[in-house]
Amino acid sequence: MRRAGWLIPTLYIVFLLLPIYWLLAMSFKTTNEILGGFTLWPRDFTLDNYAKIFTDSTWYSGYINSLIYVGVNTAISVAVALPAAYAFSRYRFLGDKHLFFWLLTNRMAPPAVFALPFFQLYSAVGLFDTHIAVALAHTLFNVPLAVWILEGFISSVPKELDETAYVDGYPFWRFFIRIFMPTIAAGIGVACFFCFMFSWVELLLAKTLTSVAAKPIAAVMTRTASTSGYELGLLAAAGSLTIVPGAFVIYFVRNYIAKGFALGRV
Amino acid sequence: MTLELRKVTRRVGANVHIHETSLTLEEGSFNILLGATLSGKTTLIQLMAGLERPTTGEIWFRGKNVTGVPVQRRNVSVVYQQFINYPHLSVYENIASPLRVAGMGASEIESRVGKVAELLRLQPMLKRRPGELSGGQQQRTAIARSLVKDCDAIFLDEPLANLDYKLREEMRDELPKLFAGRRCVVVYATTEPSEALLFGGCTATLHQGGVTQFGPTSDIYRRPSDLNSARVFSDPPINVAEIVKQGDRILLGADIVWPTPGRVRNIPDGNYTVGLRPHHITVAPTRPGLAEIEGVVLVAELSGSESVVHFNVNGLTWVSQSQGIHALEVGSRVRFHADLDRIFFFDVDSRRIA
Repeated sequence: MRRAGWLIPTLYIVFLLLPIYWLLAMSFKTTNEILGGFTLWPRDFTLDNYAKIFTDSTWYSGYINSLIYVGVNTAISVAVALPAAYAFSRYRFLGDKHLFFWLLTNRMAPPAVFALPFFQLYSAVGLFDTHIAVALAHTLFNVPLAVWILEGFISSVPKELDETAYVDGYPFWRFFIRIFMPTIAAGIGVACFFCFMFSWVELLLAKTLTSVAAKPIAAVMTRTASTSGYELGLLAAAGSLTIVPGAFVIYFVRNYIAKGFALGRV
Repeated sequence: MTLELRKVTRRVGANVHIHETSLTLEEGSFNILLGATLSGKTTLIQLMAGLERPTTGEIWFRGKNVTGVPVQRRNVSVVYQQFINYPHLSVYENIASPLRVAGMGASEIESRVGKVAELLRLQPMLKRRPGELSGGQQQRTAIARSLVKDCDAIFLDEPLANLDYKLREEMRDELPKLFAGRRCVVVYATTEPSEALLFGGCTATLHQGGVTQFGPTSDIYRRPSDLNSARVFSDPPINVAEIVKQGDRILLGADIVWPTPGRVRNIPDGNYTVGLRPHHITVAPTRPGLAEIEGVVLVAELSGSESVVHFNVNGLTWVSQSQGIHALEVGSRVRFHADLDRIFFFDVDSRRIA
């Protein structure tokens, strides 16, 4: 039993990390080596795949497009969700609980359902193939998520804090920005993280609503794959780079996520 | 120059939180709201401070109607039972916060914060965040913030309830000194009669959302106007029993007969409710000429210097509070001594008549 104490977690971690290792290893191999046989690590270590991505604008513009609409979406979602979550937490109004639940039901429909109406709508108003189109489309499921997360964090702050600030003389908005937002900074961080992640990994709407100018990286990966044959090394390098922003963001909010779980919301 | 509630009520939906209440609190006075949990102390404070609007009635301050004036323009301070501070600001910034909002100059702020911090022994902690302080220090920070501006009224809603015993004792001694000499109305809500007696000032007893009596604390204690005021202002709870007065004797049930105390000789014969505070029923007679009551001991709580004994007389539980340690055995029959000169008589409407 004592040996199993370290064995089982080790096996588990190896099992979890194996696909990521394989992706990374592939990204440093040439396509010939990948197709040529089974190798555990790169025999012909090469950085050509990464060099290609960082120099070819069809590749790196995919990353830039993705980062732009994900950033815009995160900003819109959290900015809209913050006052909404405050209202849901602090005030009782007609139908508040139903409205709160209805918000969540927006997450229950698969995005594919909305692909066609969105495509038609955005084409009609001239937003097709713009960053803002994708950002707005993604708020459909990110706003409810952010409201849900933030409401939990806000409800854990006693309303006496609000009252103390009013007693001190703060007008509402000054209190909200100067006192309240720093108080729930952890919650805002967690909400940003989840908005970022969901928008970053969402492919269907992003692909449907863009053609050239705002094409996301995931779309670039699937489209270029067919035009230039199977450049597996290149695709692996692009995939590895796709993981980086998520890993970067999660590093900053890792402590708060645990708190979010403790509040039963994430 | 007063804070005045004129026929104020507060209802939320169908629930009445505050029944029609009129109160006049003088400037420079220390006022205690005494009542059990949910008796309406917090609601009353929120109404007076302007955090809630009364459903009906008006609130006047210094001869001006301030009903509906938002709390930001009231110049008041509130200290809560929970330790409420801004978690992301240092203790210094927490205390300075009301002055910063008011747009006061930096040097003036520094001297004021320094003064209050010294008063509350917070100077070594000024650079820390509230989360790094002990509970007592956090509450002292909140009190410091309430004192730093020259406010017209300070409301303290059970500020010591969440502190441990030792700190509470300490703060009880300090608090009245902090407010002495200020021209503001101080309102202090508490559930503990002993706190009210310690602070003196004026007391309003609250029962189920209504003020039952208001006046100088010792008056309320000695001369409660009705049964509820007496009940609120007694810890351990006051003993209450139904009696029949017949000339010079009073009958408690069938088998206990007490002589009628001199004070109530002249009231008409009939049914009354009597109230007798626990410390007027003792194990050992405190002086000659006390009435006797015999009961079966249910619980005997001994603290360092006194004994609180709960005993059963004909199905009714009585409480006795005596000086010294009386280790009485549970289930034993014991004779207690009641000081009938201190007994309260209430008529059928629960008003005190003697």
